[in-house]
Amino acid sequence: MTRKPLRRIMLGTAATVSGIVLLLALKPHSAPAPALAHAAVPASSQPPSSSAPKASGGGSKASGGSKANGGGSKASGGAKANGTPRTSSPQRTQTVTGDTVQTDYGPVQVRVTLVGGRITGVTALQSPSGNPRSEEIASYSIPQLTREAIAAQSAHIDAVSGASYTSAGYSQSLQSALDRAGG
Amino acid sequence: MGTVFSFDVTYGGGLAVPRAVEAAVASLHTADAVFSKYRPDSQLSRLARGGLALAECDPVVAEVLRLCERARERTGGWFSAGYAGGLDPTGLVKGWAVERAARMIADAGAYGVCVNGGGDVQLLGEPEPGRRWRVGVTDPLRRDALATVVEGAGELAVATSGTAERGHHVLDPHTGRPPLGAAVSVTVVTRSLTDADAWATAAFAMGATARRWLEAVPDAEGFAVGGDGETWQTSGFARTSAARTALGIR
Repeated sequence: MTRKPLRRIMLGTAATVSGIVLLLALKPHSAPAPALAHAAVPASSQPPSSSAPKASGGGSKASGGSKANGGGSKASGGAKANGTPRTSSPQRTQTVTGDTVQTDYGPVQVRVTLVGGRITGVTALQSPSGNPRSEEIASYSIPQLTREAIAAQSAHIDAVSGASYTSAGYSQSLQSALDRAGG
Repeated sequence: MGTVFSFDVTYGGGLAVPRAVEAAVASLHTADAVFSKYRPDSQLSRLARGGLALAECDPVVAEVLRLCERARERTGGWFSAGYAGGLDPTGLVKGWAVERAARMIADAGAYGVCVNGGGDVQLLGEPEPGRRWRVGVTDPLRRDALATVVEGAGELAVATSGTAERGHHVLDPHTGRPPLGAAVSVTVVTRSLTDADAWATAAFAMGATARRWLEAVPDAEGFAVGGDGETWQTSGFARTSAARTALGIR
Protein backbone atom coordinates (compact mmCIF):
# COMPACT_ATOMS: atom_id res chain seq x y z
CA MET A 1 0.00 0.00 0.00
CA THR A 2 1.35 3.36 -0.85
CA ARG A 3 1.15 6.05 1.65
CA LYS A 4 0.47 9.63 1.23
CA PRO A 5 2.91 12.00 2.83
CA LEU A 6 2.58 11.71 6.55
CA ARG A 7 0.99 14.42 8.52
CA ARG A 8 1.78 14.81 12.11
CA ILE A 9 -0.08 16.14 15.09
CA MET A 10 1.81 16.88 18.25
CA LEU A 11 0.04 18.15 21.26
CA GLY A 12 1.64 18.87 24.54
CA THR A 13 -0.98 18.90 27.14
CA ALA A 14 -0.44 19.78 30.69
CA ALA A 15 -3.01 19.25 33.23
CA THR A 16 -3.79 20.36 36.64
CA VAL A 17 -4.17 17.15 38.01
CA SER A 18 -5.82 15.92 40.78
CA GLY A 19 -3.60 13.32 41.84
CA ILE A 20 -3.62 10.87 39.19
CA VAL A 21 -4.71 12.05 36.02
CA LEU A 22 -4.48 15.42 35.22
CA LEU A 23 -4.27 17.27 32.56
CA LEU A 24 -4.46 19.11 29.86
CA ALA A 25 -3.43 21.81 28.23
CA LEU A 26 -5.22 22.37 25.18
CA LYS A 27 -8.78 23.21 25.55
CA PRO A 28 -10.74 20.53 23.81
CA HIS A 29 -12.14 22.91 21.28
CA SER A 30 -8.87 24.25 20.16
CA ALA A 31 -7.14 20.94 19.86
CA PRO A 32 -5.52 21.29 16.51
CA ALA A 33 -4.35 24.76 17.27
CA PRO A 34 -2.21 26.21 14.56
CA ALA A 35 1.08 26.19 16.33
CA LEU A 36 0.63 22.85 17.96
CA ALA A 37 -0.87 20.70 15.32
CA HIS A 38 0.91 21.42 12.17
CA ALA A 39 1.23 19.12 9.27
CA ALA A 40 4.87 18.34 8.91
CA VAL A 41 4.54 17.30 5.34
CA PRO A 42 7.99 16.58 4.04
CA ALA A 43 6.92 18.73 1.27
CA SER A 44 8.89 19.91 -1.58
CA SER A 45 10.39 23.31 -1.68
CA GLN A 46 8.25 25.28 0.61
CA PRO A 47 9.85 28.65 0.53
CA PRO A 48 9.66 29.12 -3.22
CA SER A 49 6.19 27.71 -3.46
CA SER A 50 4.80 29.58 -0.55
CA SER A 51 3.87 32.51 -2.62
CA ALA A 52 2.43 30.36 -5.35
CA PRO A 53 -0.31 28.72 -3.35
CA LYS A 54 -1.26 32.06 -2.09
CA ALA A 55 -1.55 33.39 -5.55
CA SER A 56 -3.57 30.47 -6.74
CA GLY A 57 -5.73 30.76 -3.69
CA GLY A 58 -6.36 34.29 -4.68
CA GLY A 59 -7.08 33.16 -8.16
CA SER A 60 -9.69 30.68 -7.25
CA LYS A 61 -11.23 33.24 -5.08
CA ALA A 62 -11.42 35.63 -7.85
CA SER A 63 -13.25 33.12 -9.94
CA GLY A 64 -15.55 32.50 -7.06
CA GLY A 65 -16.20 35.76 -7.98
CA SER A 66 -18.57 38.35 -8.17
CA LYS A 67 -19.50 37.57 -4.69
CA ALA A 68 -15.99 38.28 -3.69
CA ASN A 69 -16.42 41.89 -2.95
CA GLY A 70 -18.25 41.29 0.18
CA GLY A 71 -15.61 38.80 1.09
CA GLY A 72 -12.61 40.97 0.56
CA SER A 73 -11.32 40.68 4.01
CA LYS A 74 -12.14 37.05 4.04
CA ALA A 75 -9.87 36.36 1.18
CA SER A 76 -6.91 35.59 3.30
CA GLY A 77 -8.92 33.15 5.32
CA GLY A 78 -9.91 31.39 2.18
CA ALA A 79 -6.42 31.19 0.90
CA LYS A 80 -5.33 29.70 4.15
CA ALA A 81 -8.01 27.13 4.01
CA ASN A 82 -7.03 25.62 0.74
CA GLY A 83 -3.41 26.47 0.93
CA THR A 84 -3.11 23.39 3.08
CA PRO A 85 -0.96 23.68 6.09
CA ARG A 86 0.27 27.06 7.01
CA THR A 87 3.32 27.31 4.99
CA SER A 88 5.02 29.67 7.34
CA SER A 89 4.77 27.62 10.50
CA PRO A 90 7.10 24.67 10.00
CA GLN A 91 10.26 26.48 10.95
CA ARG A 92 8.86 29.39 12.86
CA THR A 93 10.44 29.81 16.26
CA GLN A 94 8.29 31.18 19.02
CA THR A 95 9.13 31.97 22.58
CA VAL A 96 6.08 32.35 24.73
CA THR A 97 5.81 33.26 28.38
CA GLY A 98 3.11 31.65 30.45
CA ASP A 99 1.02 33.19 33.16
CA THR A 100 2.35 33.55 36.65
CA VAL A 101 0.49 30.98 38.72
CA GLN A 102 0.20 31.24 42.47
CA THR A 103 0.82 28.01 44.33
CA ASP A 104 0.99 27.12 47.98
CA TYR A 105 4.72 27.55 47.76
CA GLY A 106 4.86 30.78 45.83
CA PRO A 107 4.51 32.02 42.27
CA VAL A 108 5.64 29.88 39.33
CA GLN A 109 5.99 30.89 35.72
CA VAL A 110 7.48 29.12 32.72
CA ARG A 111 8.61 30.15 29.28
CA VAL A 112 8.32 27.74 26.39
CA THR A 113 10.11 27.75 23.08
CA LEU A 114 8.46 26.21 20.04
CA VAL A 115 9.97 25.62 16.65
CA GLY A 116 7.46 24.95 13.94
CA GLY A 117 4.87 24.16 16.57
CA ARG A 118 7.00 21.71 18.50
CA ILE A 119 8.13 22.37 22.03
CA THR A 120 11.87 22.52 22.15
CA GLY A 121 12.47 23.90 25.59
CA VAL A 122 10.82 24.86 28.83
CA THR A 123 12.43 27.11 31.38
CA ALA A 124 11.27 28.39 34.72
CA LEU A 125 11.16 32.16 34.99
CA GLN A 126 9.86 32.06 38.53
CA SER A 127 9.92 29.23 40.99
CA PRO A 128 9.49 29.24 44.72
CA SER A 129 12.57 28.92 46.83
CA GLY A 130 13.46 28.89 50.45
CA ASN A 131 11.38 25.86 51.28
CA PRO A 132 12.65 22.33 50.78
CA ARG A 133 9.37 21.00 49.44
CA SER A 134 8.96 23.76 46.90
CA GLU A 135 12.52 23.37 45.75
CA GLU A 136 11.96 19.67 45.39
CA ILE A 137 8.93 20.29 43.21
CA ALA A 138 10.83 22.74 41.07
CA SER A 139 13.67 20.29 40.74
CA TYR A 140 11.51 17.68 39.06
CA SER A 141 8.83 19.67 37.32
CA ILE A 142 11.06 21.54 34.95
CA PRO A 143 13.20 18.54 34.05
CA GLN A 144 10.07 16.60 33.23
CA LEU A 145 8.67 19.27 30.97
CA THR A 146 12.03 19.65 29.35
CA ARG A 147 12.39 15.91 28.84
CA GLU A 148 9.06 15.78 27.12
CA ALA A 149 10.21 18.54 24.89
CA ILE A 150 13.48 16.88 24.10
CA ALA A 151 11.83 13.57 23.43
CA ALA A 152 9.50 15.29 21.06
CA GLN A 153 12.25 16.74 19.02
CA SER A 154 14.61 13.81 18.98
CA ALA A 155 14.66 11.78 15.83
CA HIS A 156 15.69 8.73 17.75
CA ILE A 157 13.43 8.63 20.76
CA ASP A 158 9.68 8.70 20.38
CA ALA A 159 8.82 9.08 24.04
CA VAL A 160 10.31 8.94 27.52
CA SER A 161 8.99 6.78 30.33
CA GLY A 162 9.68 7.57 33.94
CA ALA A 163 7.96 8.01 37.23
CA SER A 164 6.88 11.58 37.22
CA TYR A 165 4.66 14.24 38.48
CA THR A 166 4.42 17.82 37.53
CA SER A 167 3.00 20.39 39.84
CA ALA A 168 -0.23 21.97 38.80
CA GLY A 169 1.30 25.42 38.87
CA TYR A 170 3.87 24.61 36.23
CA SER A 171 1.30 22.83 34.12
CA GLN A 172 -1.04 25.78 34.26
CA SER A 173 1.64 28.22 33.32
CA LEU A 174 2.72 25.95 30.46
CA GLN A 175 -0.86 25.63 29.34
CA SER A 176 -1.33 29.34 29.21
CA ALA A 177 1.85 29.68 27.17
CA LEU A 178 0.64 27.03 24.73
CA ASP A 179 -2.71 28.72 24.44
CA ARG A 180 -0.94 31.91 23.60
CA ALA A 181 1.27 30.20 21.06
CA GLY A 182 -1.72 28.63 19.41
CA GLY A 183 -3.67 31.83 19.20
CA MET B 1 -0.07 17.99 41.36
CA GLY B 2 -0.42 17.51 37.69
CA THR B 3 0.64 15.32 34.87
CA VAL B 4 1.61 16.28 31.39
CA PHE B 5 -0.06 14.35 28.60
CA SER B 6 1.40 14.53 25.15
CA PHE B 7 0.19 13.18 21.85
CA ASP B 8 2.27 12.48 18.77
CA VAL B 9 0.21 11.19 15.88
CA THR B 10 0.99 10.54 12.22
CA TYR B 11 -1.79 10.21 9.70
CA GLY B 12 -2.48 10.53 6.04
CA GLY B 13 -4.77 13.53 6.01
CA GLY B 14 -8.43 14.21 6.37
CA LEU B 15 -10.33 15.24 9.43
CA ALA B 16 -11.10 11.93 11.12
CA VAL B 17 -7.80 11.73 12.97
CA PRO B 18 -7.68 15.33 14.18
CA ARG B 19 -11.23 14.91 15.42
CA ALA B 20 -10.26 11.72 17.20
CA VAL B 21 -7.39 13.57 18.88
CA GLU B 22 -9.85 16.14 20.15
CA ALA B 23 -12.12 13.40 21.41
CA ALA B 24 -9.19 11.66 23.06
CA VAL B 25 -8.18 14.83 24.86
CA ALA B 26 -11.75 15.27 26.02
CA SER B 27 -11.79 11.67 27.24
CA LEU B 28 -8.84 12.38 29.51
CA HIS B 29 -10.62 15.35 31.03
CA THR B 30 -13.67 13.19 31.58
CA ALA B 31 -11.61 10.44 33.17
CA ASP B 32 -10.14 12.95 35.55
CA ALA B 33 -13.55 14.29 36.48
CA VAL B 34 -14.91 10.80 37.09
CA PHE B 35 -11.96 9.17 38.84
CA SER B 36 -10.16 11.90 40.70
CA LYS B 37 -9.80 11.07 44.35
CA TYR B 38 -8.90 14.67 44.99
CA ARG B 39 -12.18 16.03 43.79
CA PRO B 40 -14.85 15.50 46.42
CA ASP B 41 -17.53 15.63 43.75
CA SER B 42 -15.99 13.03 41.45
CA GLN B 43 -18.05 9.90 40.96
CA LEU B 44 -15.29 7.86 42.54
CA SER B 45 -15.25 10.03 45.65
CA ARG B 46 -19.00 9.86 45.96
CA LEU B 47 -18.98 6.12 45.40
CA ALA B 48 -16.32 5.69 48.09
CA ARG B 49 -18.38 7.74 50.54
CA GLY B 50 -21.45 5.72 49.78
CA GLY B 51 -23.29 8.68 48.33
CA LEU B 52 -23.56 7.11 44.91
CA ALA B 53 -24.29 3.53 43.87
CA LEU B 54 -22.10 1.80 41.33
CA ALA B 55 -25.10 1.42 39.04
CA GLU B 56 -25.56 5.19 39.07
CA CYS B 57 -21.99 5.85 37.99
CA ASP B 58 -20.72 6.18 34.47
CA PRO B 59 -20.25 2.62 33.15
CA VAL B 60 -16.51 3.23 32.96
CA VAL B 61 -16.37 3.13 36.75
CA ALA B 62 -17.54 -0.47 36.82
CA GLU B 63 -15.17 -1.26 33.97
CA VAL B 64 -12.17 0.17 35.81
CA LEU B 65 -13.10 -1.57 39.05
CA ARG B 66 -13.32 -4.85 37.14
CA LEU B 67 -9.88 -4.20 35.71
CA CYS B 68 -8.59 -3.47 39.19
CA GLU B 69 -9.98 -6.75 40.44
CA ARG B 70 -8.38 -8.58 37.55
CA ALA B 71 -5.07 -6.88 38.29
CA ARG B 72 -5.36 -7.84 41.95
CA GLU B 73 -5.83 -11.48 40.98
CA ARG B 74 -3.05 -11.48 38.44
CA THR B 75 -0.58 -9.89 40.83
CA GLY B 76 -1.40 -12.13 43.75
CA GLY B 77 -2.82 -9.20 45.68
CA TRP B 78 0.15 -6.91 45.15
CA PHE B 79 -1.96 -4.54 43.11
CA SER B 80 -4.84 -3.32 45.21
CA ALA B 81 -7.45 -0.68 44.69
CA GLY B 82 -8.70 -1.08 48.20
CA TYR B 83 -5.85 -0.59 50.63
CA ALA B 84 -6.18 1.78 53.54
CA GLY B 85 -9.90 1.27 53.55
CA GLY B 86 -10.49 3.61 50.62
CA LEU B 87 -11.25 3.05 47.01
CA ASP B 88 -8.21 3.93 45.00
CA PRO B 89 -7.78 2.71 41.44
CA THR B 90 -4.98 5.25 40.96
CA GLY B 91 -2.43 2.62 40.04
CA LEU B 92 -4.34 1.67 36.95
CA VAL B 93 -6.59 4.53 35.91
CA LYS B 94 -3.98 6.65 34.24
CA GLY B 95 -2.72 3.75 32.14
CA TRP B 96 -6.26 2.78 31.24
CA ALA B 97 -7.18 6.35 30.27
CA VAL B 98 -4.07 6.81 28.15
CA GLU B 99 -4.53 3.47 26.41
CA ARG B 100 -8.15 4.27 25.67
CA ALA B 101 -7.20 7.68 24.27
CA ALA B 102 -4.51 6.16 22.06
CA ARG B 103 -6.87 3.50 20.70
CA MET B 104 -9.50 6.11 19.85
CA ILE B 105 -6.97 7.82 17.62
CA ALA B 106 -5.67 4.62 16.07
CA ASP B 107 -9.20 3.46 15.34
CA ALA B 108 -9.77 6.68 13.40
CA GLY B 109 -7.09 5.62 10.95
CA ALA B 110 -3.83 7.06 12.27
CA TYR B 111 -0.64 5.29 11.16
CA GLY B 112 1.22 5.93 14.35
CA VAL B 113 -0.01 6.99 17.78
CA CYS B 114 2.09 7.83 20.82
CA VAL B 115 0.34 9.07 23.94
CA ASN B 116 2.48 9.79 26.97
CA GLY B 117 0.73 10.40 30.27
CA GLY B 118 3.30 11.60 32.74
CA GLY B 119 5.84 9.01 31.75
CA ASP B 120 3.50 6.10 31.03
CA VAL B 121 3.40 5.56 27.30
CA GLN B 122 1.07 3.73 24.89
CA LEU B 123 2.23 3.36 21.30
CA LEU B 124 0.23 1.91 18.41
CA GLY B 125 1.16 1.45 14.76
CA GLU B 126 4.54 2.75 13.74
CA PRO B 127 6.29 6.11 14.01
CA GLU B 128 7.41 6.12 10.39
CA PRO B 129 7.05 3.50 7.68
CA GLY B 130 9.29 0.59 8.59
CA ARG B 131 10.67 2.01 11.82
CA ARG B 132 10.18 0.59 15.29
CA TRP B 133 9.15 2.64 18.28
CA ARG B 134 11.92 3.73 20.62
CA VAL B 135 11.07 4.72 24.15
CA GLY B 136 13.68 6.05 26.53
CA VAL B 137 13.50 5.07 30.18
CA THR B 138 14.59 7.82 32.55
CA ASP B 139 17.47 7.13 34.87
CA PRO B 140 15.89 7.86 38.25
CA LEU B 141 19.27 8.73 39.70
CA ARG B 142 20.25 11.14 36.95
CA ARG B 143 17.19 12.98 35.78
CA ASP B 144 18.57 14.23 32.54
CA ALA B 145 19.82 10.83 31.42
CA LEU B 146 18.25 7.66 30.09
CA ALA B 147 18.83 4.32 31.79
CA THR B 148 17.86 2.29 28.74
CA VAL B 149 15.83 2.42 25.57
CA VAL B 150 12.96 0.08 24.77
CA GLU B 151 12.22 -0.81 21.18
CA GLY B 152 9.19 -2.44 19.72
CA ALA B 153 6.89 -2.60 16.74
CA GLY B 154 3.14 -2.27 16.67
CA GLU B 155 1.46 -2.25 20.07
CA LEU B 156 3.84 -1.26 22.82
CA ALA B 157 3.19 0.00 26.32
CA VAL B 158 5.85 1.21 28.74
CA ALA B 159 5.03 2.16 32.33
CA THR B 160 7.41 3.13 35.09
CA SER B 161 6.64 3.22 38.78
CA GLY B 162 8.99 4.51 41.40
CA THR B 163 10.08 7.07 43.87
CA ALA B 164 12.06 9.08 41.40
CA GLU B 165 10.04 12.20 41.28
CA ARG B 166 7.38 12.25 43.86
CA GLY B 167 8.42 10.45 46.96
CA HIS B 168 7.07 7.14 48.15
CA HIS B 169 3.70 6.91 46.52
CA VAL B 170 3.44 3.16 46.25
CA LEU B 171 2.87 1.27 49.46
CA ASP B 172 2.98 -2.41 50.22
CA PRO B 173 -0.74 -3.23 50.43
CA HIS B 174 0.03 -5.82 53.10
CA THR B 175 1.79 -3.46 55.47
CA GLY B 176 0.71 -0.01 54.32
CA ARG B 177 4.38 0.97 54.26
CA PRO B 178 6.92 1.65 51.56
CA PRO B 179 8.19 -1.63 50.15
CA LEU B 180 11.34 -3.24 51.52
CA GLY B 181 14.24 -3.88 49.21
CA ALA B 182 12.54 -1.85 46.57
CA ALA B 183 14.07 -0.55 43.42
CA VAL B 184 14.05 3.17 42.82
CA SER B 185 12.05 2.59 39.70
CA VAL B 186 10.51 -0.40 37.95
CA THR B 187 9.58 -0.30 34.27
CA VAL B 188 7.17 -2.79 32.68
CA VAL B 189 6.91 -3.33 28.93
CA THR B 190 3.92 -5.08 27.41
CA ARG B 191 1.21 -4.32 24.86
CA SER B 192 -1.48 -2.72 26.95
CA LEU B 193 -0.79 0.29 29.15
CA THR B 194 -3.63 -0.68 31.46
CA ASP B 195 -1.68 -3.83 32.28
CA ALA B 196 1.72 -2.18 32.26
CA ASP B 197 0.62 0.50 34.71
CA ALA B 198 -0.93 -1.98 37.15
CA TRP B 199 1.96 -4.40 36.91
CA ALA B 200 4.58 -1.69 37.37
CA THR B 201 2.71 -0.51 40.46
CA ALA B 202 2.53 -4.07 41.80
CA ALA B 203 6.14 -4.87 40.92
CA PHE B 204 7.36 -1.77 42.67
CA ALA B 205 5.39 -2.70 45.78
CA MET B 206 6.83 -6.23 45.71
CA GLY B 207 10.34 -4.98 46.26
CA ALA B 208 12.95 -7.68 45.95
CA THR B 209 10.57 -10.33 44.62
CA ALA B 210 9.43 -8.28 41.63
CA ARG B 211 11.94 -9.70 39.21
CA ARG B 212 10.89 -13.30 39.75
CA TRP B 213 7.23 -12.38 39.46
CA LEU B 214 7.72 -10.45 36.23
CA GLU B 215 9.67 -13.35 34.73
CA ALA B 216 6.53 -15.43 35.06
CA VAL B 217 4.14 -12.93 33.50
CA PRO B 218 3.54 -13.82 29.86
CA ASP B 219 4.27 -11.20 27.25
CA ALA B 220 5.71 -8.74 29.72
CA GLU B 221 9.24 -7.70 30.50
CA GLY B 222 10.67 -5.66 33.33
CA PHE B 223 13.60 -3.41 34.06
CA ALA B 224 14.55 -1.81 37.37
CA VAL B 225 17.06 0.60 38.78
CA GLY B 226 18.15 0.25 42.41
CA GLY B 227 19.23 2.94 44.81
CA ASP B 228 22.86 2.07 44.27
CA GLY B 229 22.52 2.47 40.52
CA GLU B 230 22.49 -1.26 39.89
CA THR B 231 19.94 -2.48 37.40
CA TRP B 232 18.20 -5.76 36.76
CA GLN B 233 16.02 -6.90 33.91
CA THR B 234 13.93 -9.91 33.03
CA SER B 235 15.50 -12.44 30.71
CA GLY B 236 13.47 -11.36 27.68
CA PHE B 237 14.01 -7.66 28.20
CA ALA B 238 17.04 -7.54 25.97
CA ARG B 239 14.82 -8.35 23.03
CA THR B 240 12.91 -5.15 23.64
CA SER B 241 15.84 -2.90 24.31
CA ALA B 242 18.30 -1.35 21.97
CA ALA B 243 21.99 -2.02 22.27
CA ARG B 244 23.31 0.49 24.73
CA THR B 245 26.57 1.01 23.04
CA ALA B 246 24.79 2.00 19.89
CA LEU B 247 23.00 4.65 21.85
CA GLY B 248 25.97 6.03 23.66
CA ILE B 249 24.31 5.42 27.00
CA ARG B 250 26.76 4.92 29.81
